[in-house]
Amino acid sequence: MADAETNLPGTSAVEIKNDPRVPAELNNNVFITTLDKIYNWGRKRSMWPMLFGLACCAIEMICTAAARYDLARFGWELMRPSPRQADLMIVSGTVTKKMVPQIVRLYNQMPQPRYVIAMGACATGGGPFKEGYNVVSGIDKFLPVDVYIPGCPPRPEALMHGFVKLQEKIEKQSLRTVSWYQPGGDDVVPVPMLGPDMVDLRRSAEIAEKTRA
Amino acid sequence: MSLLGSGILKGLGVTLKHFIQTYAEDFKYIGKKAGIEPRPLRRQNPGNHGMVTIEYPKEHMVMPENFRYIPFLVKDTVTNEDKCTSCGICAKVCPPQCIWILRTEDPMTKRPVPAPKEFHIDTSVCMNCGFCAEFCPFDAIKMDHNYEITSMSNRKTELIFDKDRLMMPDTYHAGIHPADWARELEDKKAEEAKKKAAAEAKAVADAKKAAAAAAGTPAGPATKTAPATKTAPTPKPPAAAAPAEPAQ
Amino acid sequence: MAEATTPVPPAAKTAARAEKAEKKLVITLATMTPEMMSLQEHFGADLIQPAPNEGVLIADSARLADVALFLHDELHLESIANATATDYVKEGYIELVYHAQHITGGLPLCFKTRVPRGDADTVGLPSLTPLYPGVEFQEREIYDLYGVRFNGHPDLRRILLWEGFNGYPMRKDWHEAYYEQDTKPYDSRWPGGTHRLAEERVPWADNVNYPPNFNPDEYKGIPDAGLYDTMRAEAPTGGPTDTPFLATGIQTDELIVNMGPQHPSTHGVLRMVVKLDGETITDLKLVLGYLHRNHEKIAERNTWLHNIPFTDRLDYITGMPNEMGYVQGVEKLMKIKPTERADYLRVIMCELTRVASHFWSIGFLLNDLGAFYTPALYFITEREFVMDLFDEITGSRMMNNYMRFGGVARDVTPAQFERIRYLVTDRFPKAIDEMERLLSDNEIVRARTIGVGYLSADRCVAYSVTGPVLRASGVPYDLRRSDPYSLYDRFDFDVPVLYGGDVYDRYRVRVLEMRQSLRILEQALAQIEQTKVGDIQAGKKAYVHRVPAGEVYSRVETPKGELGFYMVSDGGQNAYRYHVRSASFINLTALKEMTVGMKVADAVVILGSLDIVLGEVDR
Repeated sequence: MADAETNLPGTSAVEIKNDPRVPAELNNNVFITTLDKIYNWGRKRSMWPMLFGLACCAIEMICTAAARYDLARFGWELMRPSPRQADLMIVSGTVTKKMVPQIVRLYNQMPQPRYVIAMGACATGGGPFKEGYNVVSGIDKFLPVDVYIPGCPPRPEALMHGFVKLQEKIEKQSLRTVSWYQPGGDDVVPVPMLGPDMVDLRRSAEIAEKTRA
Repeated sequence: MSLLGSGILKGLGVTLKHFIQTYAEDFKYIGKKAGIEPRPLRRQNPGNHGMVTIEYPKEHMVMPENFRYIPFLVKDTVTNEDKCTSCGICAKVCPPQCIWILRTEDPMTKRPVPAPKEFHIDTSVCMNCGFCAEFCPFDAIKMDHNYEITSMSNRKTELIFDKDRLMMPDTYHAGIHPADWARELEDKKAEEAKKKAAAEAKAVADAKKAAAAAAGTPAGPATKTAPATKTAPTPKPPAAAAPAEPAQ
Repeated sequence: MAEATTPVPPAAKTAARAEKAEKKLVITLATMTPEMMSLQEHFGADLIQPAPNEGVLIADSARLADVALFLHDELHLESIANATATDYVKEGYIELVYHAQHITGGLPLCFKTRVPRGDADTVGLPSLTPLYPGVEFQEREIYDLYGVRFNGHPDLRRILLWEGFNGYPMRKDWHEAYYEQDTKPYDSRWPGGTHRLAEERVPWADNVNYPPNFNPDEYKGIPDAGLYDTMRAEAPTGGPTDTPFLATGIQTDELIVNMGPQHPSTHGVLRMVVKLDGETITDLKLVLGYLHRNHEKIAERNTWLHNIPFTDRLDYITGMPNEMGYVQGVEKLMKIKPTERADYLRVIMCELTRVASHFWSIGFLLNDLGAFYTPALYFITEREFVMDLFDEITGSRMMNNYMRFGGVARDVTPAQFERIRYLVTDRFPKAIDEMERLLSDNEIVRARTIGVGYLSADRCVAYSVTGPVLRASGVPYDLRRSDPYSLYDRFDFDVPVLYGGDVYDRYRVRVLEMRQSLRILEQALAQIEQTKVGDIQAGKKAYVHRVPAGEVYSRVETPKGELGFYMVSDGGQNAYRYHVRSASFINLTALKEMTVGMKVADAVVILGSLDIVLGEVDR
């Protein structure tokens, strides 16, 4: 966090007093908004997505990274296979019950700030395979999704539209309010368990209660 | 056995050629490509080397007419009525069953009225197959070209499209599906001509019947008029008439 | 259609539908072929009977292995193309269906046997893996989804689901959490279709079901149970002194490494468990099912028409041949034929897909070799032109949904034909030449691929391997030739065969196949001129299809190999049984034999050379 006492050269006192966005107790801390801008500007143009394909949508994701759509224009082309080096998870395809523990584990391994794009109908809400017995109806049952892109599969342009939307979202974030600088902001999702069926461990008490004959 | 490494050099030659060609192509299109204004981009001619990048948020590729994304409903701008008659065919042919239609009922007679009361499409289930548009007998549902539908907050409210969200004027449909629209207009014209012919035939038949009744000769003209009266209702199938003249 | 009917309660409606279907079920016995006759002669008419619809029925399932031995040794049916099961819940048995075939071509021989539903998972029946190792994964799949025990199977565990999953989901009386009705269209959608999420009508508000008295905190099951058992059996127990010495005398620990399901080189969500001695693979096991999205269960609820777009999502790189296999099968059942122009269009689309798919697979094979993204980038560029065409003609880049029963959805305009012609005669030949210049002589590519992942011809046949992998091992087997379908008997083309049986030859076979596809395309583009423009649909286009009762095994040669659809119709609006015999899935059976003894870095290359697509592996 920026120190309240250090002033960037060139910031005038008039600005400090007149900026209505600054709360009273941080009145002389105006450059924090400027820092937000720089911080977000850098962040939004150098997302490192995780090289992580699930199903059909992954093919369109690869096409997005290829010559015609060229993800590098966004500065997002550096796909990292390791979750520890990635800050964006593109859930590109059908999330199955067998796969969801791994997805959640990967998410937990990603450093914050981390973002999730649900690409395609399947990741958004189950998609055409929603009724299947091994299909999770939407990754948002487990992970906080930032952008949903419906379509089966979304065109590369649609995926890029999602990127633009995510950039917009990042732009609006402020250092003061983002969760990962707050105490207890590290929200680790418990990895679901595979028992007789997929078990969301956050609901285990409820399950035990309800199934008791 | 060729010289060791010649294969690699040959391969590197290919990559070098690609590298140079990208710039050669740039020189070819200098001035044309440097335009800052967004330009509608047509499909690339396969005669060009390599591939031209579509700078997406700035420029959009023109979608081919057949392109399908999420369906929408067509509203007739002339009569200001929706074309949908809630016949339910789209809901039946939908493979993932993502269309929900609530049929309107006449409050008095409890008979169905050919218009949907509610129409929902769950885009988080829709598989963009286009069957609904293909099998709709009334040209009331079409596949949209707009792929820029993302939700940032709540998919349950934003990505389940209701009737208001789905309804588009037919001018929009005509804009993105010009050939389909032309076919529709032609069909409409043919239908009207048919109806007109049928009405005329009926009028003639009625006149004849009246004349026959007046003359009081039952044998000859009666057999003659029979086919005419029979043909009269056939060009007007009960369902097909509904969209042109709404029941209200 | 829009006529008023008082809403019938859904239960009554389905019951009526089921009754109707039952009335229509006419059992016609299969006609006996000479092979079936000789089988009957040898074993007697008591054991071998003509089965309903197709094939022979082995009356006593315990003698299955004897019959299979006769088929293998006397009738020389070298491989089993397809093994699956059908649950006849009313009759009370599960029918096992096998399609055995000669590798020289011709129709497959179908043989069936039955096990009572009650003791399917306790008594079971003999496994055919000793004779036909190609059924290993297929038998595991049947065990997983139908609960049929195969005695003598080397590794009978669940394959697509996990150990401990409750029930056998493909059985007809097993219902998923979001179960609504037996068949589509669901009655809740129209006319009283107020939108309700599936979550809102199930007790757990999610796609889950739990057995009674289930307490997650006390649950002891392990999803991977049994996976490491056979791998660790030989693992050292008494400390480092027990470990085997390598030839070099350097002592190494044996290591079990999991690759995937999140791994950049597993082509999706495949998981390989490899046992390593140093860097050498000594054992390999596959864990599948991370993309098991219940295609078959959903397809048995779907109407016949509904399934067409779903088949696109099987092998999502090659939508067109998938559709073709399915549509052809249903056409066979309906006894209709597509128009000539439609058939030509199908061939053109399939061959374009083959070119695009091979571009893709070679690009990603090189990715696995370490040539990260440059070759893939070049070939994806070429593929984009095919995608452009599909986008314009069919409306979608990948999920084409183009074929219909008796025809295709849209005609191709002369301008589009011109572009296809340009691609076929000009651009693609050049691109393939360039690909060869880039890769074929490259010393690194050769060093990494020649002699790697060797599989001999007879092992290929035993493992039921199909597609370019089989042809690279010297077996000239291509369904377009050996069991011609559609119009493939009209074209002059070669079946490229190479004899190396390694990764390099698989790559070369793909390149040669692309050239042959271009040859077919050229001929098809010339011949289609003679057909009538716009004549793309035989009969009237309908959305309700009553398919006569019967069963069919329809197969096509996709870029990955043999894709088969085994379908049973009970005369209703939807398939009673719908099974996909996928090339990727069965080719994976042979992966262990190819990789053991290789270095771990070669494992990804060998996997890349198989060209699997997980949508088809796990379905």
